[in-house]
Amino acid sequence: MEKTIIKESNYRIRNARVIKARQMTAHEKLFEIALEGGENLDYEPGQFVIVSLLGVGEAPISICSSPTKAGSFELCVRAVGKVTNAMHRLEAGDDIGIRGPYGKGFPIRILEGNDLLFIAGGLGVAPLRSLIKYAFDNRRDFGKIHILLGCKTSEDMLFADELDQWFKRMDVHYECTVDRAAPDWAGHVGQITTLIPGVHLESERTFAVIVGPPIMYRFVIKEILAKNIPERQIFVSLERHMKCGMGKCGRCQIQNLYCCQDGPVFNYAEIKNMKEAI
Amino acid sequence: MEYVILMKDDFGGFISRLAKLQKLAAPVSKGYNNFSFQEVSSGDEVALKYIPTIIPPKKFFMPRQETLLEFNTAKGLEVKPVVEHEKITLFGVHTCDLAGIQCINMVFSIRPRDYNYLIRKRKIDIIGLECNEYCDEYASCCLVSSHLPSGGYDLFLTDLGDYFIAHVNTQVGEDIVESIKYFKSAEASNLEELKSLRERKRALFKNEVPIEPRLIPEMFDRAFESGVWKDLEERCLACGNCTNVCPTCYCFDIIDETDMDLKTGRRYRNWDSCQLEPFAKVAGGESFRKERSARQRHRYYRKFRYPVSKFARFFCTGCGRCSRACMAKINLKETLNSLLNDRYASKPFINDEI
Repeated sequence: MEKTIIKESNYRIRNARVIKARQMTAHEKLFEIALEGGENLDYEPGQFVIVSLLGVGEAPISICSSPTKAGSFELCVRAVGKVTNAMHRLEAGDDIGIRGPYGKGFPIRILEGNDLLFIAGGLGVAPLRSLIKYAFDNRRDFGKIHILLGCKTSEDMLFADELDQWFKRMDVHYECTVDRAAPDWAGHVGQITTLIPGVHLESERTFAVIVGPPIMYRFVIKEILAKNIPERQIFVSLERHMKCGMGKCGRCQIQNLYCCQDGPVFNYAEIKNMKEAI
Repeated sequence: MEYVILMKDDFGGFISRLAKLQKLAAPVSKGYNNFSFQEVSSGDEVALKYIPTIIPPKKFFMPRQETLLEFNTAKGLEVKPVVEHEKITLFGVHTCDLAGIQCINMVFSIRPRDYNYLIRKRKIDIIGLECNEYCDEYASCCLVSSHLPSGGYDLFLTDLGDYFIAHVNTQVGEDIVESIKYFKSAEASNLEELKSLRERKRALFKNEVPIEPRLIPEMFDRAFESGVWKDLEERCLACGNCTNVCPTCYCFDIIDETDMDLKTGRRYRNWDSCQLEPFAKVAGGESFRKERSARQRHRYYRKFRYPVSKFARFFCTGCGRCSRACMAKINLKETLNSLLNDRYASKPFINDEI
């Protein structure tokens, strides 16, 4: 068997460097990453990269920053597997490999000019933050913005410092709820679904974008439909463990769709009858 | 020079000369009713009459394990993307396996193209070999029309008694014929014999499952909730044999391996299987095809339904390997028959004259 070095490999990784690393909660760490040579990662909100740690492996991670901020991008990583645990040991200045971006992001052109209802549960706030920050940076292009967040406890709250700012913004309606409250928690307590009925929205011009664990979708979508938002105006981002990111390895396949190419963002109307999707 | 003939007496010489041109692999007997594509150098090693090999020739196109990158972390990040390849001729590939190669060619050729696969593929020459009759009761090649040649080879041999007739399909095939002097031009009588063999085959090979192939996707559209999948679940051992031996299964995992110096290493891809439980699992622990019924169903849909939308063909080649390899005797023809007998799945054509 001969071995040839090839230039055009799909598995070529781009050298990058962690320029900032910050432990956000007990399990999540935020990384700011810059590609070598000041190259820009050309991505859309909602897309993901495959992080590469040589000798450890690769893991698909959604980008949590907005492309409006050039020069670097951010990944919010929960330590759950081999690669993500190894990532948590990285600090500013460490090397990291990047493939991508991959996948279909949020449909910004469709969302423009409409009211937006963002709903995120748990780690789902990470991919959604990419779109939220994009919308903030292009605030004129969108109508009303509602943000509903839910997490287990206030200690699990991601991007807590930013959330305080969202809360203060005049141009955003933001609410947050926790499943179990610490004594000093002044906000809502309960499932995220309890926040939805109280939101005042114009259903015909509102697009809902939901990101969270599978169990959350069923209940949240039910509440949103009860608000008369049409199915076509609901977008979700689904989680799968992509290995190749190029529609080959089969890991992320949902029936005839490849989450890595046809998603991870899907229109609810297109997948609602698809078993194994959620 | 579309058709040439090779006398059987010259077969040994043909194989020897072929093996001198470049590495040659052909079906070799591995004990009772087991065959494997292996390197050969003489004609007597080749099993001319063989049932589908344990592993299909996809192993030459997509090796069970192949290196994608080599790295050295001693000085920063030194990464070399590599492709492993070799010049090789495959002799004796049956039409079902030619169909299988055509399927994975499509998968790795659509964008984003897989350069590792495409570079390796260009180095492989293919000499097909016709099945004049069924290999065994597991085959369902007529159902998916892979019992007759339809391209995918450089040269294609058909046994016509004391000689082979060979269809020269490509320039590579022509080069083989010319560098191996044993071939003679085919006469009209040879072509007549080929024609009558094909006619005999048309009578011998019958639709192995009583459904019109064009109705299969529709049947699958209605079969997602069928009880048939539950029946399979009760028998399936989730061992992954069926996908390993399938000529069109190509799913893979990507794994890193570091050498003992802890600096150099490689990233490789390994065959994986949708039948194994962790395959569709995500980091949070959720598995999207937790039940064996869902995993078996996924396998069948990946042969008979999803590729029809994406590639306009079945990804089952009718080779019968999954049924032969199954320890729980899950049989593809039986499964299709069960779906056909599932009153809901087969509702639209239950009274059709099939």
